[in-house]
Amino acid sequence: MHEMGIANSMLDAVRAEVERYPGTYPVRVGLRIGEVAAIDQEALKFCFEALTRDTDLERLDLQIEFCPRRNRCPVCGAEFIVREYNVRCPDCGEDATASIGGDELELAFLEVEEYGTCTTGAKSTE
Amino acid sequence: MERVQLERKVLSENDRIAAGLRARFQQCGVLCVNIISSPGSGKTSLLESTLASLPRGERVAVLTGDIQTDNDAARLRRFGFPVKQITTGGTCHLDARMIERHLADWRLEDLDLLLIENVGNLVCPASYDLGEAAKIVLLSVTEGEDKPLKYPSIFFKSDLLVLTKVDLLPYLRFDIECAAENARKVHPEMEIVKVSSQTGRGLREWLAWLNRQREAVHSLAVG
Repeated sequence: MHEMGIANSMLDAVRAEVERYPGTYPVRVGLRIGEVAAIDQEALKFCFEALTRDTDLERLDLQIEFCPRRNRCPVCGAEFIVREYNVRCPDCGEDATASIGGDELELAFLEVEEYGTCTTGAKSTE
Repeated sequence: MERVQLERKVLSENDRIAAGLRARFQQCGVLCVNIISSPGSGKTSLLESTLASLPRGERVAVLTGDIQTDNDAARLRRFGFPVKQITTGGTCHLDARMIERHLADWRLEDLDLLLIENVGNLVCPASYDLGEAAKIVLLSVTEGEDKPLKYPSIFFKSDLLVLTKVDLLPYLRFDIECAAENARKVHPEMEIVKVSSQTGRGLREWLAWLNRQREAVHSLAVG
């Protein structure tokens, strides 16, 4: 439902970033989405395509990295993936572990290409 | 081809405005809370009974968000506190810019408590920081006990769960302990109060929670 706004903010950020690298254009953007970020990946991809079609970013490729919920144990220091809402430390059994990840909604990277270089098959599916 | 590492929040523009609001709230000693729930869980009713219980001189204001209509603001204005309606015109959540715009002609120095009623929606408001000190999620007992598991994001990010409409419990098969347990599965430190805005049951605990947060914010601003 709010993926259109998210996609729009993401493209604004991409455009702002590309301005810092004159003579280049963006070919791929990496996005990290946490398990509890409340973002639907398919809806976001749909919005991303709708917003970039027939624009300067039409050939921009979106790569999404899913980030599971992660906790750290304050007792033994173990870091682990929280599955099925089980926050108990798998190493020492401590119940009161602290969240360290899973709500990401971040731009991870941007790949830019210099104008004039070969762009055959630019929309990579790597 | 060159790869640039970004490590940048997608909503960095919203977060920038929210951080500015948060700094202003802290400086002025204003407790700002962001109240979120599904449509019809009782946000406006909870605010009505909250405002009704506060002495007229309390330095409290309300921003209430909806997609259309001024109905909620009209309900809340009866109590004599400043209330402003934010009509989003289709957007399913409030964002920091809307808050900043609607606060423009209010003096934060004159407030101790700012209650923000978000648009009725359990998903999208979770993504947008409004500069609040705490998010509060409401779950009414006419919904499902498993809602915290189905919509984990907002329960994960909220400091307080208010279980509402508890006067209806005798007529329902809702297992309130199961609902609380599910919320704590998602967010083990979650504080929980059980309230009926209709009968006033549990309101004292809710107001006590608010007061504790107000004192914490106030002592930080003074200290």
